[in-house]
Amino acid sequence: MLGSLLIVFREVMEAGLIVGIVLAATQGIPGRGRWVAGGIAAGVAGAAIVAVFAGSLSAALSGNGQDVFSATILCIAVLMLGWHTVWMTRHGREMAGEMKTLGAEVVSGERSLAAMSVVVAVAVLREGVEVVLFLYGIAVSTHSGPMAMLTGGALGIAAGAALSWLLYRGLIVIPLSRLFSVTGLLIAFLAAGMASQAAGLLAGDDLIPALGYEVWDTSWLLSDGSMIGRAAKALLGYSDRPMGVQVMTWAVTLAVMIIATRLVRRQPAARG
Amino acid sequence: MRYVIVLSCAWLAALVLAPAARAMDPVHLEVKDHHFTPDHITVPAGQRFLIVLDNHDDTTDEFESYDLKFEKIVVSGGTITVHAGPLHPGTYKFFDDYHPDQATGTVTVTQEP
Repeated sequence: MLGSLLIVFREVMEAGLIVGIVLAATQGIPGRGRWVAGGIAAGVAGAAIVAVFAGSLSAALSGNGQDVFSATILCIAVLMLGWHTVWMTRHGREMAGEMKTLGAEVVSGERSLAAMSVVVAVAVLREGVEVVLFLYGIAVSTHSGPMAMLTGGALGIAAGAALSWLLYRGLIVIPLSRLFSVTGLLIAFLAAGMASQAAGLLAGDDLIPALGYEVWDTSWLLSDGSMIGRAAKALLGYSDRPMGVQVMTWAVTLAVMIIATRLVRRQPAARG
Repeated sequence: MRYVIVLSCAWLAALVLAPAARAMDPVHLEVKDHHFTPDHITVPAGQRFLIVLDNHDDTTDEFESYDLKFEKIVVSGGTITVHAGPLHPGTYKFFDDYHPDQATGTVTVTQEP
């Protein structure tokens, strides 16, 4: 039971950290609960569908189907994070200042929420496929004790969700005037990490140049296999032995996110 | 600034134009009763190589290695290929993430003579 709890918890934690940040980053935008819940639901449904077709997905694109699929949805999530960041830079201060509904801005707020909903769906889908296949494998197995293992799996999901909630509650302790600067930075790192993971997946299958393997080795300090290593991967894109293309993608994405935020902030308050 | 750009371009070109050698044949593994056969393989250092895994279990497995940086789902009866290396001499672990206590194996990387 403990074994399946840990396996499921690790996956749910990775998605849960992202959901926690999205919840904090959308604090105060009307209707965000619906969008985040919708993103989770879409992610779970998508995970079930992908799990059913896991065999064909594996065989697709000369055996690179899984990685190309993961890299594609990660890139979509990165674009959505970028969009949200630009929107938030325009409207975050008004919201922090007045803390009332945005009236005419609600429509564009909904658009930003739709973007974040996609990010949540991607995060849940990606980790969810593994959880669904794992739990399904236990459920149909003829070996002893599937109930105990399924219970472990359910507890793992609950523990991952609890961690997500704790991260959210921990973040919103930050005063609203500072909250969006903090979540903006977290989202920039999240986007950089996702872009770098996408590059890692593609280069791992030799689809793009790796630009050097094992640029450094910090596995003695923080291993990819450890729980903290996995959290660092989900939040920052950490890898203990990265390829050159991962480091480059990470740095470029982070720079673009930060520079875009600066440029937008310098403009006079824009419409929409 | 211009020097930085020129140096970066030279670095990129060197890396793109010098792909890792991949001379060796793919390594074939199978997983059955949640055990890898063979569960120990030896490859030369500094080469990129392929591992082909056949899943002869009745469950879906996830072929994964933190050391070799791959993670792929393989359905029952399915076959997957993962890329690994180039590696320094040493011992590297791989496992089935769905049965991590039973299905494990190692890659030993040896320095070429």
